[in-house]
Amino acid sequence: MSIFLDKNSKVIVQGITGGEGSYHTSRMLAYGTNIVGGVTPGKGGQKTEHGLPVFDTVKNAVNATGATHTVIFVPPPFAADALYEAHEAGITFAVCITEGVPVHDMLKVVATTHGMRIIGPNCPGLISPGRSSVGIMPGHVFKEGNVGLISRSGTLTYEVVDLLTRAGFGQSTCVGIGGDPIIGTTFVDCLREFKNDPQTDAVVVCGEIGGSDEEDAAAFIKAHMPEMPIVAFIGGRNAPPGKSLGHAGAIISGTFGTPQSKINAFKAAGVPVADRPSEIPALLGERLAVRV
Amino acid sequence: MNLMEYQGKELFRRVGIPVPRSQHCKTADDVAAFVEKNPGNWVVKAQVLMGGRGKAGKIKFAKNADEARAVTTDILATPMPPNRQNPNGEPINAVLVEETLDIALEAYCAIAIDRTTKKPVVMVSKFGGMDIEEVSEKHPESIAKHFIDVAVGYSPFIGRELAFASELDPGFRKQFPAIVAGIYDLFFKYGAKLVEINPLALTKDGRVIASDAKIELDDDALYKNPEFKDWQAVLPLDEDEALAAAAGLGIRNFRRFPGDVGTMANGAGLAMGTMDAVKNAGGEIANFLDVGGGANAERVRKCYELVVNHTPAKVFFVNIFGGITRGDEVAKGIVQAMKETTSRKIPLVIRLTGTNEKEGREILAAAGMTPVETMDEGAKRAVELASA
Repeated sequence: MSIFLDKNSKVIVQGITGGEGSYHTSRMLAYGTNIVGGVTPGKGGQKTEHGLPVFDTVKNAVNATGATHTVIFVPPPFAADALYEAHEAGITFAVCITEGVPVHDMLKVVATTHGMRIIGPNCPGLISPGRSSVGIMPGHVFKEGNVGLISRSGTLTYEVVDLLTRAGFGQSTCVGIGGDPIIGTTFVDCLREFKNDPQTDAVVVCGEIGGSDEEDAAAFIKAHMPEMPIVAFIGGRNAPPGKSLGHAGAIISGTFGTPQSKINAFKAAGVPVADRPSEIPALLGERLAVRV
Repeated sequence: MNLMEYQGKELFRRVGIPVPRSQHCKTADDVAAFVEKNPGNWVVKAQVLMGGRGKAGKIKFAKNADEARAVTTDILATPMPPNRQNPNGEPINAVLVEETLDIALEAYCAIAIDRTTKKPVVMVSKFGGMDIEEVSEKHPESIAKHFIDVAVGYSPFIGRELAFASELDPGFRKQFPAIVAGIYDLFFKYGAKLVEINPLALTKDGRVIASDAKIELDDDALYKNPEFKDWQAVLPLDEDEALAAAAGLGIRNFRRFPGDVGTMANGAGLAMGTMDAVKNAGGEIANFLDVGGGANAERVRKCYELVVNHTPAKVFFVNIFGGITRGDEVAKGIVQAMKETTSRKIPLVIRLTGTNEKEGREILAAAGMTPVETMDEGAKRAVELASA
């Protein structure tokens, strides 16, 4: 088992004939993702360069293919519309890769698309190694195994995964939840899934400064999964207040979102916090050893 | 993008939030002419983004045209003095001349985005006119909050509930729901991440008026209101953001710090991780830089020049995780960029991992650069070179 995504998940790509959409469709297909088609308004009836059917609307795509998952590669002004369309067509799982989606668009989307899980926006997607990849993660650094990983970032996730893989820790599912202030799926949402996933024996949480998602995660761990070996890391510890670094959400305002508050919360929940990514595998090994 | 007070009040006017009668002026003569034509008691307020105008003597009162000219000349004579967040202070290019309010009471009212509930949150306190951080420390119980269900939107009961919960003076009550309706309207219509009225004044003659305006707009939503491009032109430029834009980077992708280890990484998370790694190795970073995807020669050269020309960096630590980007292509880009640049030369430490890492490192070594295998190792080497 894995969370959110397995080998049989039927995936469509919104924006499949665009540059990014087309390129990453090739990569996802090469990884083994069950992509059943794509959507580009006005190009319905055509085939993509990968030989996949193109539909004018998500509704047509869902009716013809039975897709349940979508991955969205459309420019920021159209991202909310793409999510509404997916929801209306009965899609239950949407990954929004798009960076720069207006935050008020997302406030409305999350309030009105009940029944559809959204990952992102501004995220690299997710991967269940050896089974399926939906998004833009580089498949070759991942290895199938029993460690779940959740992160607000992209390349830092690959860095951590690479360290884990090299240390012999494979992964069940890795989710990049995105770096924006309003995102569809939080750390807590992922932890809840990992808690119930028989394949996942341990979790790595890669947080960063800004917001309180890490504090919420720590509280959830303390209350609901104290037995699970979990290791955390907080990126951006040396960032100054009031300035966002790269991610719109990575901003310390006042006493809110400081690294120390996050570290304290994890420590209070019995979760060791690595000072640097390279310490994560060893800390994870210790936690797993204690459990056995 | 943060708005100046006069810009914020213009938006208030449009959504029906009462504001004092006022005139935006650029010179002392303009102010004097306005007061001459409109006799009365006026206050002249410097238009800057920084806080602390009152303490800095940049808000002054005038009863006639001569006084108005004198205080405006005085306000415009010197820039805002520096503080911790703005070490360079801020130039003053304009003032707002505003009717003096006869204030009985001051309250606080704001709308912001709550990340945990994923809803807009309206916050109200009967303690207005002071820093809200100070209020939340001294009187945390005084702040009433309401999380608005976006699917339903604003309804006047929300304003009524907040007025009662925060124990606002009864004088505010009747007009208060319309004020909250206004900030909610503004929040969505103009893509504001924060709208703050502090103080919200109750005048002795019973009017409820926004005496100040603090608004932060979502940069990602600016395209929806093209007029904001002109509004932005009068705002003081954040130098780092301007430099980033000039180098073809996103405005959030570059920021300078006081140290001497220049950095560049692909991806915001890894760039933050790189800063942390340098600090862990005992060094001080000169900058944060996320080069984004596709680190080709031109892009690498622009980033390199951005760092060497605008920071005192003694070494340039490049940290690339080749996920989708191929290591050999990045290496070729770095080598070519170094050949092409005419800027000052500083040593490079390059950490290159991921796709085609071996080929990449060979290309770098052949060009006389220092490739390393891990982020920690690279940070250590960079710190050594910077202190050598």
